[in-house]
Amino acid sequence: MGHLVKKKKKELPPVSTASLPDIVFMLLFFFMVTTVMREVDLKVENSKPLATEIQKLERKSLVTYIYAGAPKKKYREILGDQPKLQLNDKFARIEDVGPFVIEEREAINEAERPLMTVSIKADKKVKMGLISDIKQELRKAQALKINYSSTPAASADEIYKNF
Amino acid sequence: MARNKRAIPEINAGSMADIAFLLLIFFLVTTTMDVDKGINRKLPAWEEEPPQENNDKVKEKNIFTVLVNSNDQLLVEEDYLGLDQLRRKAKEFINNNGDGSCDQCTGFRDPKSSDNPKKAIISLQNDRGTSYDMYIRVQNELVAAYTELRNELAQRLYGKSYEECGAEAQDFIKEVYPQILSEAEPLNLG
Repeated sequence: MGHLVKKKKKELPPVSTASLPDIVFMLLFFFMVTTVMREVDLKVENSKPLATEIQKLERKSLVTYIYAGAPKKKYREILGDQPKLQLNDKFARIEDVGPFVIEEREAINEAERPLMTVSIKADKKVKMGLISDIKQELRKAQALKINYSSTPAASADEIYKNF
Repeated sequence: MARNKRAIPEINAGSMADIAFLLLIFFLVTTTMDVDKGINRKLPAWEEEPPQENNDKVKEKNIFTVLVNSNDQLLVEEDYLGLDQLRRKAKEFINNNGDGSCDQCTGFRDPKSSDNPKKAIISLQNDRGTSYDMYIRVQNELVAAYTELRNELAQRLYGKSYEECGAEAQDFIKEVYPQILSEAEPLNLG
């Protein structure tokens, strides 16, 4: 039966890589469209709470972010593990919130200022004391539209867990 | 002058993939996927002087008090309550229609509960030690109570959900069930 397993001596043609750029460009465009530029370098822990009643924030240019959470590992030696505020790229104190928000509002053109939203991106483990202080500062600065940043939950049952 | 008739050589596209990869990796590193979503709320304007107590204007039965302590436990209308019960309780309270002035409501008309959705106030009070996680869950449940009521009304009147209704219909529904959620300054009970 030797004649049946006779090996073909023909060489395989090399795999064409001509479409590789097309594939990579496709990936590139996908990522360009679906992602947004990283604006700040997060220095605090930020795992958001779950919620179902959420709305999407439109108009990125009108949104100001306030981050709150325990400092990340590399900052803990200096700052401890108590929750801290982060505005832009720096750690901040509670008194800095007002001036920061006012400054951000000044940067928006006048007609759209009332539409400015402050997004509070706080970590789950933060206590309400800190959040309330932020809210008081925002009220003093007349920034009344806020958004509690949260992760969409698949169902209500997920929200009842652990409580 | 003899013209040089040499053909222009084809551009080598071999490095195209490398260039594209480089760009791809740049975008992968500098961008993030996360979308901004969250619960929208409106804060009350700041007042220099604390508002005077005018409890006589708002009847006790028109206030639905929700307390959250520093151990993340709920006290609703002076009763200990699980988080999964909150939405149902809040809906019953808003939809109660004690004085019968709300034609669209389907509540039990319990004289001890709220008069009508326009007068029904949900009051949320938390401790400084309450976790943000719990606070958001409670907020979520209270907003969900309103959303569900609005959706139910939209289904009854127009046969579609609140989101699918036109602006006029939405305004009408909003007027039937206005979202009145008041937040007291946090306590420090420990």
